[in-house]
Amino acid sequence: MTFRGTSLSLALGLVLASSTSSFAVTEISWWHAMTGANNEVVETLSKEFNESQSDYKVVPVFKGTYPETLNAGIAAFRAKQAPHIMQVFDAGTGVMMGAEGAIKPVADILSMGGAKFDKSLYLPGIVAYYSKPDGTMLSFPYNSSSPILYYNKDIFKKAGLDENNPPKTWPEVWEAAKKIKTSGAAKCGYTSTWLTWIHTENFAAWNNISYGTNENGIAGTDVELKINAPLYVKHFQELADLAKDGTFRYGGRTSEAKPLFLSGECGIFTESSGGLGDVVKSGMNYGTGQLPYDPDAKGAPQNTTPGGASLWVFAGKSDAEYKGVAAFFTFLSRTDIQARLHQVSGYLPVTLAAYEDTKKSGFYDKNPAREIPIKQMMGKAPTENSKGVRLPNLPQVRDIENEEFENMLSGKQTAQQALDNAVKRGNAAIKQANGQ
Amino acid sequence: MIQNNPIGRLVAHIILIVGILIVAFPIYYAFVASTQSLQDIMRPPLSLLPGGHFWENYTTALFGGIGRIGGVSVGRLLINSTIMALAIAVGKIIISILSAYAIVFFRFPGRMVFFWLIFITLMLPVEVRILPTYKVMVDLGLIDTYTGLTVPLMASATATLLFRQFFMTIPGELVEAARVDGAGPWRFFKDILLPLSKTNIAALFVILFIYGWTQYLWPLLMTNRNDMTTIVIGLRKMISFADADTEWHLVMVTCILAILPPILVVVLMQRWFVRGLVETEK
Amino acid sequence: MASSTRVTFPNKVLPYLLLAPQLAITIVFFYWPASQAIRQSVLREDPFGLSTQFVGLGNFKRILSDPNYLNSLQVTIVFSIATAVIAMGFALLFAVMADKVIRGKGVYRTLMIWPYAVAPAIAGMLWLFLFNPSMGTFAYMIRSAGYNWDPLLNSNQAMLLVVAAAAWKQISYNFLFFVAGLQSIPKSLIEAAAIDGAGETKRFWTIIFPLLAPTTFFLLVVNTVYAFFDTFGIIHAVTGGGPGKATETLVYKVYNDGFVNLILGDSAAQSVILMVIVIGLTAIQFRYVERKVHYG
Repeated sequence: MTFRGTSLSLALGLVLASSTSSFAVTEISWWHAMTGANNEVVETLSKEFNESQSDYKVVPVFKGTYPETLNAGIAAFRAKQAPHIMQVFDAGTGVMMGAEGAIKPVADILSMGGAKFDKSLYLPGIVAYYSKPDGTMLSFPYNSSSPILYYNKDIFKKAGLDENNPPKTWPEVWEAAKKIKTSGAAKCGYTSTWLTWIHTENFAAWNNISYGTNENGIAGTDVELKINAPLYVKHFQELADLAKDGTFRYGGRTSEAKPLFLSGECGIFTESSGGLGDVVKSGMNYGTGQLPYDPDAKGAPQNTTPGGASLWVFAGKSDAEYKGVAAFFTFLSRTDIQARLHQVSGYLPVTLAAYEDTKKSGFYDKNPAREIPIKQMMGKAPTENSKGVRLPNLPQVRDIENEEFENMLSGKQTAQQALDNAVKRGNAAIKQANGQ
Repeated sequence: MIQNNPIGRLVAHIILIVGILIVAFPIYYAFVASTQSLQDIMRPPLSLLPGGHFWENYTTALFGGIGRIGGVSVGRLLINSTIMALAIAVGKIIISILSAYAIVFFRFPGRMVFFWLIFITLMLPVEVRILPTYKVMVDLGLIDTYTGLTVPLMASATATLLFRQFFMTIPGELVEAARVDGAGPWRFFKDILLPLSKTNIAALFVILFIYGWTQYLWPLLMTNRNDMTTIVIGLRKMISFADADTEWHLVMVTCILAILPPILVVVLMQRWFVRGLVETEK
Repeated sequence: MASSTRVTFPNKVLPYLLLAPQLAITIVFFYWPASQAIRQSVLREDPFGLSTQFVGLGNFKRILSDPNYLNSLQVTIVFSIATAVIAMGFALLFAVMADKVIRGKGVYRTLMIWPYAVAPAIAGMLWLFLFNPSMGTFAYMIRSAGYNWDPLLNSNQAMLLVVAAAAWKQISYNFLFFVAGLQSIPKSLIEAAAIDGAGETKRFWTIIFPLLAPTTFFLLVVNTVYAFFDTFGIIHAVTGGGPGKATETLVYKVYNDGFVNLILGDSAAQSVILMVIVIGLTAIQFRYVERKVHYG
C-alpha cells in the first residue's frame, strides 16, 4: 500500500505558504457582506484608497451574508485572527456594543489618525444610532437607508387616484389601497417589505411613540417592549383586516415583497430607500413619497431611523494599523466620495457636506426620491423614541415579531393578541440575552 | 434482455420523462432566466420558454464582468473549485474504502467502536461548530490553504457506510478462495475488491465531486484571499436580495456555467456504470 | 449484524493502519471542535467569549421546558419522514425504470443526476423563482388558476413546499446509488426467475428488492440524517421557519439560534440533544431494520 496512513501528513505537507507581501505597506483587512453592484463599489473604493497613498493597503474580503460575515468575524476574533474592519448589519449593532473589549470605538480611531472627530459634521439621525448614550460614535456608518413609500403611477391613474399626490398618512394609504383593489386597477392595493423594521421600529420613531423602555434600548440593554400600545394595535389590526380580502398582501419577512410591486400586482409599496435601484431598472412608471405616519400620533411625523450596516473596528491591533484604518475612514468621509456613494449607490450620505454638495449639483431635481429619506431623518432632532431600536438580540426579537404577525395575518389571532404575545416572548428573550 | 415487453418499456420511458421534467425543471428554468433581459426577470411571471438574450447575456458574463468578483478571473475560481472537488472526491474515496475494508474484512478489538466513531461525524454540521473549528484551523495554520479547504472535508461517514454495505454483500467464498490461493489482504483488495467496487466508486465519485464543488460555507470561512475562493462564492457575491440591484440575468448565466463541470463529470463517469463485472468474477 | 459468519483476514496490525487516516482526520477536524461545542452546551457565553459562566444543565432545562421546542420536534418528525419517503420512493421508481429501458439509458441517468450539482445556495434561489408567492412563476400560475397558493401564511402549504424542496435535492443522490445497486445485481438471478415464470412485479419484490436491501438500508440511514441535519439551508431559503413556527425543524432552530441569533449555549445544547436523538434513531435502524437486510 503506497498511501498507508500517510495521506494526512502528505496533504499537510502541501500547505501553501501565504503570500509574502512587501513589508513597507500595512495591510488593513475589511470583511464585508456586499454583493452585486455594491460589491463592485467596495472593490472600487479600496482600489482608489490604495492608489491615493502608499502606506496602507485595504484588502476587502467578501464573507457571505450579514450573519455569515458576523459569524466569520466572531470566529476569527476568538481565534485571535480578527480582521481590522468588519461590516455589521443594523440589527447586529447591539451585539457589537455588548462586546466591549472586542471592539474599538471609531471616534477614538479617528482621533488617533490625527483627524479630530467632530460629530456635527455627520447626519444626526445616523450618528445617533451608531453611538453610545454619551455620544461617542462606535462604528462608521457605511450603507444606510430609511424606509420610504413607492407607488405605481399607472395603477393610480387607472384607479382614479391623483398620480402626483401620494398618500401621506396610513388612513390615506388604506383608502387608496381599497380604491385600487375595488376599481380593479390592480389585484392588491398595498404591500411592504420588512414589517418589523418599517411597521414597528420606524413606526415608533416616525410617530414619536415608544418601542421599548430605556430609549428603545439606546440608553441601556435592559428593555421592556411597548409595541402593544393602542396605536400599534390599531395599526396592525387595520393591516390584518386589509389582508383578509387581499387589499394588503404579505410578501415575506425581509425584502421578498418587492416583486409584487415591480410586477404591477400591488399599487403601493413601502420599502427601504435602497430599493430604488430595482424600481428604476424595472422600467415601471413609479412615484415616491415620504413614509406614511399616523395622524392620531402627537408630533408625527418625527423622524425615521436608519437601516443598513456600519463598519466596526476590532480591538487589539497595532497603532500603525489603527492609523491606517483612520486614514481609510477619513477617505470614506471625504465629501466627493460620500457624494458619489450617495448618488451612485443610493446610500444616505454620512456627512452633511455631502448632502449640501449633492443638493447644489441639482441631483435631487432629477432624483427627488433620493432626497426623501434624508429629509425624513433631518427634519427634527431625534427624541428618546426616535433614535432607533437597539437590543442585545434584535434579530431574535424580529423573528418573534414576524412569527406573531404571520399568525395574525393568517387569521389565527387578532392584532392585540399578536402584539401581546410578541411583547411577552420578546421581553423573556431580552432578559435571557442580558443574562438574567 | 430478459423480456421483450414494449409496453412496459414505453411506460418506463414515460415515467422517466415525467421524472426528469420534475427533477430537472428548476435548472431548465435557470437556463430560461439566463436568456432573458433583466426587466423581464424582475417583472414576473417569467416566460417558460428561453428568451432572445442568450448571446448578449453570456458574452457579458464571460468577458465583461471580471471585476465583479474581486479582481480574480473566473478561470482562477474554476481551478480552485476543481482542485477542491477532485481532492475531496479522491481523498474521501481512498480513506473510506480503506476504513470500510478494515471494518468488514478484519476482526479486531474496538471494531464497532471505531465504526461508530466514524459514523457520528455525520451528525454535526459545520454551522453548528464554526467557532471551535475555525480555531483549530487557525492553530494548524490552514487558513487560505488548499489543505485547509480539502482535508477536513475528507472524513466521510457516508462513503465508509456505503463501502461497508457493499463489502458485506461480497460472498465469503471469495475471501475463502483468495486465502486458499495464498493471496494476502493486499492482493485480495487490489485484484478482487477494487474491480468489484467500480460501480460504487463511480457513483461516489460523482456525488463527492459535486459535494466538493458546491461547498459554500467552508471555503467562505476558511479563505480570506479572493484568489483562494471558489466559483460558488464568486457566484454568491453577485447575488443580492436586499438593497441593491441584482443583475439577475448575469447571475443566472453564471449559475448555469457553474453547474457545467459537475455535469461533465456525470457524463464522463457514465461508462463506469457497466453491468456484468459481478458475474464474470464469480 | 452478520459478523459471526463473515470470513475475515487474520491480522492484528493492518486494520488499525487502514483506519488510521480516517480516524486522524476525524479526530482533529471533528472530535476536537465538537467537544468544544459540547462544552459550550453547559456554558452561558457572549458570542465573543468575553464573559463565560458555567450553568450546568441550565440550558438543557430551559430548552426542554419550552413549548416551542416540542413543536419543533413534531415539525421535524413530519418533515423528516415525508422527505425521506418521497426522496427514496421516487428515486427507486426512476432507477428501476432507468434499468428497464434500453435506449437512452445514459441520457436519462445524466439528466436525472445533474440537479444534484446545483449548489444549495443557488437551489434555494431557484425555488424562490418558481414557487415564492411574490415572484414565482408557478405560484403565479397556481394563483391564476384560482387556487389560493400562499405558503407565506398557510402552514400546510409551507410544509409541502419545504418537503418538496428538500426531497427534490435528494432524489438525484438516491437515484444514483439505486442505479449502482441495481447494476451489481447479477443478471443471471433475474433471468432464472424469469424462466421460472415469475411476473415482472413479482420478480421485483421477491428478487430485486431484497438484493437491493443493502443499498436501501444505506440510503435510509443517509436520508434520515440528511433530513435531520442537512436541510436548514433549504428551510432558511424557502420559508425561514415560517409561517409562525410551522416549518421550524430542530436543526433549523439550532442553526437560527446559534448562527443567526448567536445564542451559543442554547444552540449547543440543542445540537447535543439532536445528536442524541439521531444517534438513537440510527442505532435502532442498525439494530432492527438491518436484521431484515440480507447480505450476500
